[in-house]
Amino acid sequence: MNKVRFGHSVIPYLFLLPQILIVAVFFYLPAGEAVRSSFYLEDPFGFGSTFVGLDNYRDVLSNAEYRRVAIFTVWFTVLVAFFALAIALVLAVKADAVLRGAKSYRTLLMWVYAIAPPVAGLLGIMLFDQHVGPIVKMASWFGWNLRVGVNYHDTAFAMIVTAVWLQIAVNFIFFLSGLQSIPRSVREAARIDCRSGFRRFWTVTFPLLTPTAFFLVVINITYALFDTFGLIDLMTKNEPGNNPVTLVYKVFLDGFRGNDLGGSSAQSVILMAVVFVLTIVQFRFIERRVHYS
Amino acid sequence: MKLRLLLAATTAAFVGYSASASAETKIQWWHAMGGQLGETVNQIAADFNASQNEVEITPVYKGTYEETLTAGIAAFRAGGQPNILQVFDAGAATVIGAKGAVLPVQDLLEGAGADFNIEDYISGVRYFYADSAGKMIGMPFNSSAPIMYYNTEALEKAGVEAPTTWEEFEAIAPKLKEAGYIALVQSHLPWEFTENFLSRNNLQFATNNNGYDGAVDTKLLVNAEPLKMMFTKLSDWKKEGFFEWYGTGWGDNQTPFEQGKVALWVGSSGSFGGLQKSATMPFGAVPLPCWASIVGEGGCYQSFIGGAALFAMSGKSDEENAATAKFFEYMTSPEVQLMWHKETGYVPITNAAYEAAKSEGYYDETPQAEVGIEQLNMKAGEWTRGYRMGFYVQIRDIMNREYGKLFTGETTVDAAFEAIESEGNQLLERFAKTGS
Repeated sequence: MNKVRFGHSVIPYLFLLPQILIVAVFFYLPAGEAVRSSFYLEDPFGFGSTFVGLDNYRDVLSNAEYRRVAIFTVWFTVLVAFFALAIALVLAVKADAVLRGAKSYRTLLMWVYAIAPPVAGLLGIMLFDQHVGPIVKMASWFGWNLRVGVNYHDTAFAMIVTAVWLQIAVNFIFFLSGLQSIPRSVREAARIDCRSGFRRFWTVTFPLLTPTAFFLVVINITYALFDTFGLIDLMTKNEPGNNPVTLVYKVFLDGFRGNDLGGSSAQSVILMAVVFVLTIVQFRFIERRVHYS
Repeated sequence: MKLRLLLAATTAAFVGYSASASAETKIQWWHAMGGQLGETVNQIAADFNASQNEVEITPVYKGTYEETLTAGIAAFRAGGQPNILQVFDAGAATVIGAKGAVLPVQDLLEGAGADFNIEDYISGVRYFYADSAGKMIGMPFNSSAPIMYYNTEALEKAGVEAPTTWEEFEAIAPKLKEAGYIALVQSHLPWEFTENFLSRNNLQFATNNNGYDGAVDTKLLVNAEPLKMMFTKLSDWKKEGFFEWYGTGWGDNQTPFEQGKVALWVGSSGSFGGLQKSATMPFGAVPLPCWASIVGEGGCYQSFIGGAALFAMSGKSDEENAATAKFFEYMTSPEVQLMWHKETGYVPITNAAYEAAKSEGYYDETPQAEVGIEQLNMKAGEWTRGYRMGFYVQIRDIMNREYGKLFTGETTVDAAFEAIESEGNQLLERFAKTGS
């Protein structure tokens, strides 16, 4: 059989050029600069710099606080992604049961999505404020002295709750539209075969939902790792103190607050490597189990 | 004909415009004074611009102290630095350590023919932003001291006087607790209970003359008995209900005092203006206590200044530098300093301005406003001049982290200071390598 060959033309590259330029200027160039400066200790004003080899990496990895931040980041990411997905899935399934066809009502349910994340973050902070926060007052009814900004674990709790709450709306929309795109015929066939709604969900509905779920897992892990930056910044009130922070926020603290360019660059290179590995894992191992219809 | 007229008019307008532009040297001032303070800054700039027609200054608000410093550094690297950058106490080593980033303000003023005498500045602010030879590098601007505010009602109810030493505090704390108050709250442990604990008690902070003699081999001396004793006391007081800690945020600790739940709050002399509006009860102020057991008969020493200074950035034309010098001269004049002092609660930085406030009777009406400046004018000691350490913002963050762990029971005093010293010294060692 003859292979179809297309003549080489510059046109597709021309179409790609703006995108490539943007990626080069805003990603490859800074990333390359981060790798370079991670081997130096540099005066912030750029007057002097000393090549220190791998010292920045050694200093970062041997730092007890960095390990504490890394462990918190793992817990934070797992818990935020899990609860944001699980709660959204439950809500979407329940909404799907009553919403078939009611399009305008469905749109109303998505309004929450329109709230800007910083506004939602500020709301969360006010609810958890140690002096006037209503959630703190509610916790005290149950004998829980919730002290956000004082106690490490209480602050972590407040951050996770707020981060989950912010993300549920997005996940809900995707799950709901995923559920509503499952053909009626498949559902009816399943209903004849199996009486248990719970089993029907896990054996029929959920596998058909896996493309959406996989996409959302990737999005939520990215969200918890990176997009919660603003929330953490708001909740720590510009004073990290003994509050929990994530790895990305630590890069910012050391680089932009402390002007330690070398140490901060080493941390961002480590983070790049972590994200690289994570992406491979997600696509090689998890995506295999995704059922694309 | 018409066209020619139009052309002539345009040319005339253009020439006129460029003439007026060259008559005024425009300079930029990046600062970190938000809210009410920012408005006072704008007022100073507007008054300066109206007072003469050679220089026009534009103040630009750049966010928090940390954000302002970072913005200034980024702009410097890109060649677009402002003429004047406001840098806070903890960031001073970064700008002064970068040889050639700033013009020493003393050179700038002397070069412009202004009569500069460092003795004109009040004792406590004179040398903090100076080099080891005593030459002033940064012009102190908003200068404050950590002082102790007291809730007048609480002291009356308990029948006690505000303490001048921590020994006196220990004696009255149970009575304040009995009267239903939290005896003591503070807002910035590194500034108020570490740096100024050392200054008030005249104790060494770091090797190399507190860091002024150079970055290489500067080491923290905080893992030592007097400071550890202070924090052992604080955590004991917390257990007994005499002291409470509401997290690292400044405002979270100030709020309970404003609400009248707390008897004594260690804040900034610069907090005075805000407290007058927000406090729900009458209040007064006394200097930050020291330990009689450490200082002996002579009483407490002066404190370091907090706040920030204005630095003239390098890489500007002589004309613009002369304009910057002119503004500094204006800013340090007694009238401007007095206005700044009264509007904000920050201390006046020159003796002349202080005298003017006194002779005007300002402190008779508001004695609290004088506490900060009195404290900065107390006797100087070997270690009260200040400190100069690189990456100091992170060192403060380490202190805050360890103190937070201490007051939530996650660490001990010994382990906390061990960690502050070892991590802090690692940062200092790293900073020393950045300059070479």
